[in-house]
Amino acid sequence: MTAAEPERVPFEEWDRPQEGWLLSGRCRDGDDRTLLLEVATRTLFPTMLVFSLYLLLVGHYSPGGGFSGGLVAGLAFVLRYTAGGDVGLGAVVTVRPPVLIGSGLTISVLTALVPLALGAPVLSSAKLEVVLPLVGSVSTQTSLLLDVGVYVLIVGVVLDLLRSLGSGIARDMRDAGERF
Amino acid sequence: MTTINVAMALTVGTLFAAGFYLLLQRSLMRVLLGVVVLGHGTNLLLQIAAGPPGAPPVLGTGNTDLITDPLPQALALTAVVITFALTTFLLALGYRSFVLVGHDEVQDDVEDRRIATQTMPSASLDEDHDHVERPGADSDDDAGDDETGGDETGGDETGGDEPGGDETGDVEAAAR
Amino acid sequence: MNNAAADPYAWLLALPVLLPLLGAAVTVIGSRSPTLQRVVGIVVLLAVSAIAGVLLVVSDGTGPIVAPLGGWAAPVGIALVADRLSSLLLLVSTLVTLAVLVYAIDQRIADYGRGTASTTFHPMYLMLSAGVSLAYLTGDLFTLFVAFEIMLTASYVLITRRTSAQKIRAGMTYVTVSLLSSLLFLTAIALVYAATGTVNLADLAGRVAQLPPGLATVLGLMLLLVFGIKAAMVPLHFWLPDSYPNAPGPVAALFAGLLTKVGFYAMVRTQTLLFPRDDPWTLLLVIATATMLVGALGALAQNDINRLLSFLLVSHIGFMLFGLAVFDAAAVSGAALYAAHHITVLATLFLVSGLITRRTGTVLLDRMGGLLRTAPWLAALYAIPALTLAGVPPTAGFVAKLALLQAGAAAGPWPTVVAGVVIVASLLTLYALARVWVRVFWGAPKAALPDDDPDDEVLVGTSRTPMPMFAATAGLVVVSLAIAAFAGPLTAVTGRAGVDLLDRDPYLVAVLGSGGDR
Repeated sequence: MTAAEPERVPFEEWDRPQEGWLLSGRCRDGDDRTLLLEVATRTLFPTMLVFSLYLLLVGHYSPGGGFSGGLVAGLAFVLRYTAGGDVGLGAVVTVRPPVLIGSGLTISVLTALVPLALGAPVLSSAKLEVVLPLVGSVSTQTSLLLDVGVYVLIVGVVLDLLRSLGSGIARDMRDAGERF
Repeated sequence: MTTINVAMALTVGTLFAAGFYLLLQRSLMRVLLGVVVLGHGTNLLLQIAAGPPGAPPVLGTGNTDLITDPLPQALALTAVVITFALTTFLLALGYRSFVLVGHDEVQDDVEDRRIATQTMPSASLDEDHDHVERPGADSDDDAGDDETGGDETGGDETGGDEPGGDETGDVEAAAR
Repeated sequence: MNNAAADPYAWLLALPVLLPLLGAAVTVIGSRSPTLQRVVGIVVLLAVSAIAGVLLVVSDGTGPIVAPLGGWAAPVGIALVADRLSSLLLLVSTLVTLAVLVYAIDQRIADYGRGTASTTFHPMYLMLSAGVSLAYLTGDLFTLFVAFEIMLTASYVLITRRTSAQKIRAGMTYVTVSLLSSLLFLTAIALVYAATGTVNLADLAGRVAQLPPGLATVLGLMLLLVFGIKAAMVPLHFWLPDSYPNAPGPVAALFAGLLTKVGFYAMVRTQTLLFPRDDPWTLLLVIATATMLVGALGALAQNDINRLLSFLLVSHIGFMLFGLAVFDAAAVSGAALYAAHHITVLATLFLVSGLITRRTGTVLLDRMGGLLRTAPWLAALYAIPALTLAGVPPTAGFVAKLALLQAGAAAGPWPTVVAGVVIVASLLTLYALARVWVRVFWGAPKAALPDDDPDDEVLVGTSRTPMPMFAATAGLVVVSLAIAAFAGPLTAVTGRAGVDLLDRDPYLVAVLGSGGDR
């Protein structure tokens, strides 16, 4: 345990964010830090998130979609975790993973249910087209919302994986007095 | 559509053989690898079921007569998602077993062994058989708290599995 | 739009799947609020029960209801279909799910207090319910696979969560065997698709008929194998008595009630729809005989009450397989009725076993005794489902078994012989259950033993039976009594269901819309 180790928090709170957006000084144990990876992560992390959003948005007509977008975003968080440990991960995630999973599932299921209320078969989708000033004509499908739900859900799943199979195991090992 | 791609058939066969072999091992890690390999085999089989390869089935990329059948790809995508979920689950289960009993091997069924070695039938109605011992598995290591492996990781499975359900509806409906 | 979407009740069809999914999502978000989780679970299952009731009435009155997902009509899109068989089983399953949920909630409250919540139990429970509903309602082979996966994945979590060192092995066996059957299922789907080019069940019915007979037989056998593992037919049953007894009480009850029957339902659906035959199926007759005898004889050797019940569960799967093997309308309808009764009665017996274990602190029959004096009401609660399972008149089990026997005896010499085996297996069942009665309820009362596995979630040997748990179990007993009381109308419904299943036309016309007025 180094001095940089934050004080023990109750189990329910341990995945709450305790750090700023782009962390600097306090990361994982000093011995384990790799400068190269941390710097690369700072560059790649936002880029990967933007790319995942791109995949999400083009998903209806081109290769991509909620699942692949969510996975790419999840990978960004995996990179973050690899570089900074659970402190680094906790710095960017402000909600608990189960909440993300639940919200994603809720969005998807509601998207499936809404057409019923409008008298259409379940899971129906419609094309939306709007003309925006300067941008021009933008068209999308209502099934994009379903993809958004899947995206959120997958991000939640990856975070939960990092939490239970990553930080969880690391924490167990720390508690058992082993070096990670 | 009438001929079989021998290389593919052999690959699928090899994957299945290796997968089943691994599935028969005691260690849960090898079982997990077996599931992954078998999953690849079945997904490849699904792809072969689509017939010979063709143009990518993406809207607006060319002649629709040349494109390959998109449905097996949608099916395989769903299957991949499901295998992904189950792989993570097995990882968590293996870790849990490691925490609880110190290894991840699937043990023999003690009750089965007891009945197999039983000398006297205990099926008679009116006697008590207090001599029958319950050979409880020795629980030497009960380390770790109960939250990490079994309980928390459970939440993942919802997620991992669900897009399977949701996406199928979407992808298949769109693809067909 | 298309013809099927015009069905006025079609909008109801997706709700039994989507409502539990939504409930699961809400309970995940609200995992810090036990009360919210409990209310959501019960409300959702109540709603699904009501919907299933409506579906049963409507589909019995006007024929199968079809809802195409996303407005894409079959065979291009995925269709949900509710006919008599699926609605009936959906209704019974949901009622059982609801009762077991109430029991589980009460157990949690009694043991750990009102304020504690489990993060995973309620979401997974509802997820499992969604998977079961989807399995009953889907009209698409691949969606059936997805439904099985949702159901099984939830069941993996339920059987291994909070597991202890003693019990984790059982969970591992269960998961491995289920995974194997899932992968085989996927392989079978790939082969079916390669041979026919479709995964829609109704569309498949026509296309399988055009295949060479050998190929069709192989596909049929692969599907039989896959669902046989899930339904625990001998010799693929080995995993069941190993894993179910090690699940926590309510979870074991849920699994025993639902999962094997969903496998059996899938078997009935695929075999009757895709691989119709005119005379009894010898292979399945043999398997049914083996299943009945192995299960019943296995039960006699057990000293653990839950293992005994698991073997009886296997044995009675054989009764249903017998109904399918005879392959005529009367026998299949008997099997449907038997499945409906079996779902309730097995879940009830496992719940009762949970109550017994709470009082005695052990699952071993030779360590308990005298409960008739210390807990007379528990004895009544055990006696009724036990007699029902054994098929003693005038219980529901008798009605269902009689339907099977009559159909078997009318179908030719070999089915008549197997019908004799049904009677033998029933007697063995009665004997095994009477043995439990003698060991548990008669004799001198014994002191409760201490919990031999304090690590797991279930507390036993507490020597008290909370009233709500008792009431939930009693509710299930009432359901099984109701099946007996309404045997007439129910037999009529399953009779029509059997005719429809063998006729196939109502289903095909409803889904594909070819011919007919629908």
